[in-house]
Amino acid sequence: MNRSSIPDGEVLNSMEDSDPILTLEGVGMTFGGVTALRDVAHEVPAGIIQAVIGPNGAGKTTLFHCISGMLQPTSGRVLFQGRPITGLPPHRIACRGVSRTFQHVALFKAMTVLENVMVGRHPRSRSGFWAAGLRLPGMRREEKRIREKASEILDLVGLADAAPLAAGTLPLGKQKILEVARALATDPRLLLLDEPAGGLNMNETEELGELIRRICSDGTTVMLVEHDMNLVMEISHRVLVLHYGERLASGSPGEIKDHPDVVEAYLGGG
Amino acid sequence: MSPADRRLFFLAVLFLAVFPQAVSSFDAVSHYVDIMVFVGIYSLVTLGLCMLMGYAGQISLAQAAFFGVGAYSSGILTVHLGWNPWAAMVAGAVVAALLAWAVGIPALRLKGHYLAMATLGFGVIVHIVFKEEGEWTGGPSGLVGIPPLTAGGWELYREIHWYYLVWGTVLVALLFCFHVIRSRVGRALMAIHEEEKAAEAMGVPTARYKVQVFVLSGVFAAVAGSFYCHYVGFLDPNSFDLMWSIRFVLMVMVGGMQSLWGALLGTALLIFAGNEWLHVFAEYEILIYGAILLGVVLFLPSGLVSLFSTHRFSRKSPGRAREPAPEE
Amino acid sequence: MGARCRRDALPGLVPCAAARALGNVHGALPLGTSRASGVFTGVPPEEARRGGLKLEAAFLQYTFSGLTIGAIYALVALGYNIIYNVTEVINFAQGEFVMLGGLFAVFFAGSLGFPLWLGFPAAVAVVALVGLAMERFVLRNARNATVLSFIIITIAFSILLKGTAMFAWGKDPYTLPAFTSGKPFFVGGAAIQPQALWVLGIGGLVVAGLSLFFHRSMYGKAMLACADNPAAARMMGIPVKRMVLLSFVLSAAIGAVAGGVITPISLMEYDRGALLGLKGFGAAVLGGLGQFPGALVAGLFLGLTESFCAGYLSSGYKDAVALILLLMALFFKPEGLFGSREAASLKRF
Repeated sequence: MNRSSIPDGEVLNSMEDSDPILTLEGVGMTFGGVTALRDVAHEVPAGIIQAVIGPNGAGKTTLFHCISGMLQPTSGRVLFQGRPITGLPPHRIACRGVSRTFQHVALFKAMTVLENVMVGRHPRSRSGFWAAGLRLPGMRREEKRIREKASEILDLVGLADAAPLAAGTLPLGKQKILEVARALATDPRLLLLDEPAGGLNMNETEELGELIRRICSDGTTVMLVEHDMNLVMEISHRVLVLHYGERLASGSPGEIKDHPDVVEAYLGGG
Repeated sequence: MSPADRRLFFLAVLFLAVFPQAVSSFDAVSHYVDIMVFVGIYSLVTLGLCMLMGYAGQISLAQAAFFGVGAYSSGILTVHLGWNPWAAMVAGAVVAALLAWAVGIPALRLKGHYLAMATLGFGVIVHIVFKEEGEWTGGPSGLVGIPPLTAGGWELYREIHWYYLVWGTVLVALLFCFHVIRSRVGRALMAIHEEEKAAEAMGVPTARYKVQVFVLSGVFAAVAGSFYCHYVGFLDPNSFDLMWSIRFVLMVMVGGMQSLWGALLGTALLIFAGNEWLHVFAEYEILIYGAILLGVVLFLPSGLVSLFSTHRFSRKSPGRAREPAPEE
Repeated sequence: MGARCRRDALPGLVPCAAARALGNVHGALPLGTSRASGVFTGVPPEEARRGGLKLEAAFLQYTFSGLTIGAIYALVALGYNIIYNVTEVINFAQGEFVMLGGLFAVFFAGSLGFPLWLGFPAAVAVVALVGLAMERFVLRNARNATVLSFIIITIAFSILLKGTAMFAWGKDPYTLPAFTSGKPFFVGGAAIQPQALWVLGIGGLVVAGLSLFFHRSMYGKAMLACADNPAAARMMGIPVKRMVLLSFVLSAAIGAVAGGVITPISLMEYDRGALLGLKGFGAAVLGGLGQFPGALVAGLFLGLTESFCAGYLSSGYKDAVALILLLMALFFKPEGLFGSREAASLKRF
């Protein structure tokens, strides 16, 4: 992987001057007796790759659920492009431009690869029951556009050959990529990737890294929950560390790597 | 529609066109036309249920109630208030739609067992209303004196005309459903069925779509009920009870939950079997239904259609790994 | 097969002629009819209303019949809870266990002429075996089933049981002699049958027994552990499969007890299961699925509400009362009166 592709400090600082794409204000999440997140505050500048790391149980996936709307935070707010999205249903948040993948691949296994990506086009298309049932010309045109765009995305991620196969028959590595493709189809401004490298071998992880870089350079902000530290250090611009549901540290990969609290959290009694 | 489905559709039209002529020449089976009218009427119900169960992945044990809403609306409005039968049919569909919407919104927030019980409970409540409001519905002794459907002054009472009317409607409904399935909405429904959370994360308004399919299934059932009302000429609340709701589910499952053709096949099989071949076994009817349902869901979960196209269905759970999506 | 209504009935039996007149009971019923379960404690509600009884007496009458039928609903609810706690499955066939309990009791005590103290437990044992068969041969083969399939499997099994009952016993209602003979006795003008006391008494015993079982015995505690966390339970060496089997056997037995004990009062026929099962489920949900004390309170509450509705409002709609309460609970408070919202959302429905 190409280390020199990580922007240097100056470029990063100029990015951070413009409005953050995501703002977390005192986000807290408590279920029953368990506090999964406590007072997490953070700003994610637009256009970067933001990693979220932390030991198991630190609340990373919970944080993603709070951002994408699957969970409603018990306290605090989430702002996307300056507008509050806390409490909105997930499909609305998706239409606003936030998309995601899941820790345990949640593909539509019985549908084809192409169809999975076509579902991703849902927020960017409109035909409803009547238009579909009566097969109106507008709907037919839209179907064509959906299919074309989905094929394009499959080309982009290298899965074009797999288009007619059932998604459930793909090997895990390709499934993970497919999930990213599906999320991309929604035209997100912010893409949340939850452990995309989980279960991938080294080659696949490298390809994934490349893909994420390309996504970012095309203008989409990426947030990445990952355990694979090599990948995190290689491609992220910023790293946020969570521990026991709290924000522990934040900074560039280099800063975080040597941060004493972080080291202790991962290696120490934590 | 996929090429295979299109071929099947033309075959079906052909078969339906020829069936009455073929059958009326033989005395032994000339009453099959009458049975086919009923198959058509019930197919309308099972088509809607198939969309709900097979595609959207929800369950409803209340279809008999919607069937009854259509039937009794038609019956009551024409008998007691002298309405035009077609207007009554529309009214019945509207009432069913409103009911399905009102019940669907809270009910479809529930999942699995809870949803099944909620629809079961709702269906039984509606059945009780049919039995109790004797003033309007005739109660257990039934509603009689239902006028026939008319088309421009001309009364519809001949079996063969009903056959064409009912099956014409079924074919239109079938086309509509096929179009919906092969569209953005259809994909969204299947996505909801497979992974509801992921579908929601991809911008699919899952709650809204589930209710819409529920309403669709209710409307189909109500129209079928109106047909039933005018064809039979008499309404008895026992035609709209829980056992009928279960029969509808059975028809969909036997044929193949994820196939519209399966719904038609299952309906035809069960109605013919019930009328023709199990006449002798009247006391065993419920027992046999239970056994068939159990057998199907345990050993042939994808229904009978899966026997016809092995690559379409997977064994474990009704799934559809199928041929490449065609270009249009 | 079984003891049909006989004129030379033992004293204490509800005379069948009266039953027919009051409950609209008659022979060959159209397919699929499910009739309301009438609870007769000696005086039908309509007559009470017609001024045959004073107001307070009527109130007491309804309260008592409400408590009696409520005890049955509570028992059915307990059955649901036991299975749900261990497997997170709703057993749609629960009501059929009640029906079979009653009809088998009629078979043993009636056709076979066993004395009641033998016939009743025999019926319970047979139905417990049915529960065992259900789990062993039907559910265990459905390991990979989706939730939808599971639901249909239990529904299918329930209609299989109903169909078998119809085949074996026909469509007529049957009755059982009351456990103790005796005329109804009067409390404040309300007539109370001795059998009603049996219902409450045996119901109470079952509840007490279950409590002891779950909190004192190893098996019971193991079952509760399975409910909480089957994976952990398995790792601790608890044989989860056996616990599941036990839960079905227990549920079926409890259902059968309810059926046997209510038949002398309200008769039993092949299609009573569905409505009883639904109402019992309503009680289970109202009380909070999986919560035993909730099931008790909710069952009694449901019985009382139904009885008052039948008495004061309309007896035709009384079945709808329980169902409407069920829908309200499912729609607005699925965790029930005693459950917690988080628990409700965490459980897989």
